[in-house]
Amino acid sequence: MSTMISVKDLNKTYGETKAVNGISFQVEEGEIFGMVGPNGAGKTTAIECVEGLRKADSGKIRVLDLDPIRQERQLRPQLGIQLQQAFLPDNIKVWEALDMYKSFYDRTVDWEDLLDELGLAEKRNTSFQKLSGGQKQRLFIALALLNDPKLVFLDELTTGLDPHARHTIWDLVRDVQRRGKTVFLTTHFMEEAENLCNRVAIMDRGKIVALDTPANLVRDLQISERVIFRVQGAWSPEVLEDLDGIKKVESQGDKLVVYGSANGSQFSASIVTGVVNTLSEAGVQFSDLRTEHPDLEDVFLTLTGRQMHDQRRD
Amino acid sequence: MRAFLKYTWIEIKLFMREPVGAFFTLLFPLLMLFLFGAIYGNEPSPLFNGYGTIDISLPAYTAMIIATTGIIGLSITMSAYREKGILRRLRVSPLRPAVILAGQVVVIFLMTVLGMLLLILAGTLVYDLRFDGNVLDVVLAFLLGSLSFFSLGFVLASVMPNARTAQVVSMAIIYPMLFLSGAGMPLEILPESIRSFSKFLPLTHVVTLLRGLWTGGSWAEHTTEIWVLLTLMVLGIVVSSRTFRWE
Repeated sequence: MSTMISVKDLNKTYGETKAVNGISFQVEEGEIFGMVGPNGAGKTTAIECVEGLRKADSGKIRVLDLDPIRQERQLRPQLGIQLQQAFLPDNIKVWEALDMYKSFYDRTVDWEDLLDELGLAEKRNTSFQKLSGGQKQRLFIALALLNDPKLVFLDELTTGLDPHARHTIWDLVRDVQRRGKTVFLTTHFMEEAENLCNRVAIMDRGKIVALDTPANLVRDLQISERVIFRVQGAWSPEVLEDLDGIKKVESQGDKLVVYGSANGSQFSASIVTGVVNTLSEAGVQFSDLRTEHPDLEDVFLTLTGRQMHDQRRD
Repeated sequence: MRAFLKYTWIEIKLFMREPVGAFFTLLFPLLMLFLFGAIYGNEPSPLFNGYGTIDISLPAYTAMIIATTGIIGLSITMSAYREKGILRRLRVSPLRPAVILAGQVVVIFLMTVLGMLLLILAGTLVYDLRFDGNVLDVVLAFLLGSLSFFSLGFVLASVMPNARTAQVVSMAIIYPMLFLSGAGMPLEILPESIRSFSKFLPLTHVVTLLRGLWTGGSWAEHTTEIWVLLTLMVLGIVVSSRTFRWE
């Protein structure tokens, strides 16, 4: 396996703001590497430095063993890039865009096949402005794959899409990986990073605060699942505290949250059975019981002390 | 070359799909021609040294097309391309910026030529147009005027923050210029006080040069115009290549 991207001590400052503050990471061949964090964490600045669109203040960047600024000419034909903010002319038709971009490269794949695979075949004569958000993103993926690149960059690919369109796009990204391509993506959806990425760099305020596989990041948190439910009538939460594997019981409004004590393993026995049995034996009336497993959300919260607030809104 | 041809061809198609640009380049000058033709006819007039209104309006309207495509068309298209991120997307492909600029120039140049040909066709068919110049001379003058105004359009596009501002500014530049340069109406009907101001407008020099060569004049009579337009062109190219921005 070879290293596709190598970044050492990258810095980029805009005025007073340190957008990227000394980050280092590597992206290996064949993986989906994700950079995740809230808006303004510096993800797009970082990915655009790697793409050669911005010049870093300091640090060393190698992409496919080339310098993205000085060797841009050699690099461009080998990269597939989907930008966070990009556009095509309103009146250009889908097939025209692909046909035109194809002419910019020496080596391309058949764009008719791409349209089929991306579910855009029947939109080939539709003009860009008449496409939905999801269709536009799929077209941009098609453009990014047109030159059969080794390395694909996807910046905030699913922002502004509804959940259905988002899941379709995830499947497409997995397909891209299956074709042997390496993917470097950024997202502010923790769920997306968790579902899609082999390795995740969590960014906050210009720094990488954690970098590992999603599973390792969660395991390192040392927290276990949570059981959440509502209770009708009076009862004493103490009945639960003697239970094995329980760390603490917390009431949040009209809900109760039971935290399992972590033993660091994903395979540790679930506390749900114990909680349900104990409540039933004590004759407690409960409802809306569900479990939550720790996820990257919790990793971010633990590492930064803050919620990834706006991420569920769009 | 393949990329250049394909890019240019797509831009031509896009231009034809944009009704406003096509209207001002191709239809509006024709409407002007028919309007003034209906009012004044094309009888030889001593005011225009024995030429008719249409005879001398045709090179002037050609200058008008050059100015509108160059100043309005180019600056709005390029700043909109930049503002929306169309240039950003092009930038991450191997396409070189020079190809984008060349493609844009070729497209509006072809459209300007088409606008002029329509004028000539209408003038010939309807008004028995009189042409005493040398075709090659007029073509060269047309080329010089076009390139100098297109380079001004690129400068405008680079310095405008967005398409909206580009539109307002280019309109503010173009309208007084159309009326005061002899492009929209002959300089002969304007009072002397305005005419003395006209020579400071770049478009006046395009009108004067085209009209001069059209009516059989020689390059030697137009050294001022040649120098002004050449200077504009070189300045425009230098400034716009320095100020070009992808985003």
